[in-house]
Amino acid sequence: MAEQRARPLSPHLGIWRWGPGMTVSILHRITGGALTVAGLAVLTWWLLSLASGNDAYGDFSAIAGTWVGLVVLIGLAWAFFQHLLSGIRHLVMDTGANFELGPNKTFALLTIIGSVVLTAALWFYILGAVK
Amino acid sequence: MSLGDSSTELGKVRGLGSAHEGGDHWISERVTSLALLVLGVWLIASLLILPTLDYATVREWLRSPLGAVPMALFVITSFYHGLEGVKVVVDDYVHEPGNNFALNTLLLFVAVGGAAFALFALGRIAFGGAA
Repeated sequence: MAEQRARPLSPHLGIWRWGPGMTVSILHRITGGALTVAGLAVLTWWLLSLASGNDAYGDFSAIAGTWVGLVVLIGLAWAFFQHLLSGIRHLVMDTGANFELGPNKTFALLTIIGSVVLTAALWFYILGAVK
Repeated sequence: MSLGDSSTELGKVRGLGSAHEGGDHWISERVTSLALLVLGVWLIASLLILPTLDYATVREWLRSPLGAVPMALFVITSFYHGLEGVKVVVDDYVHEPGNNFALNTLLLFVAVGGAAFALFALGRIAFGGAA
């Protein structure tokens, strides 16, 4: 039997030069997955604890207030803002707009800057209000 | 076009592409994203506007129509949109038809189950007696 040789594959991730458009595309998937798995789990757990009584809600709040809890919640806030902004970029591009190289790159970069700024503003406000 | 054939050009090609029902999925993903743009901003703004996030305050908010109804819509839409998004990733990376069907079915069950728990919790808060 003839030896099986690896068939040529169409070019995939490895050959592309890393750029803002590609980064935002991948971030959109990662943040979407994180929001679906972790975000919806936290949402459901939060609602169930609220339905279960003061003690259960106290447990949720205590865990949310630990540094691990805060890292997860801040991460979810960033994922939300990144997915929201890159989602708006997708909707704009769905209309056929923003395919020029320069503006496309600028919009991609703006979604990254915007998500970091919005996350920082939200959590400085929340943590500032708690103290 | 033969005489007497009054179907539209769109009607004739619908469902015939290689993705079959892919067009409907694509549109639905974008429509739910617009709904979540509004509902997501509503959720964050609502949590920021609440004077505190203690048990009684949050429950009172979710017992009011303007808390409970958008939250129910948020739960349904976010689980649905999340499932749609994860299906795209699964279809991109899990090519074997049996595995693809099994994984998509499992994710459907998890999403419906999660949404049911979240809605049950919300209903218990909204329709239950004062805690």
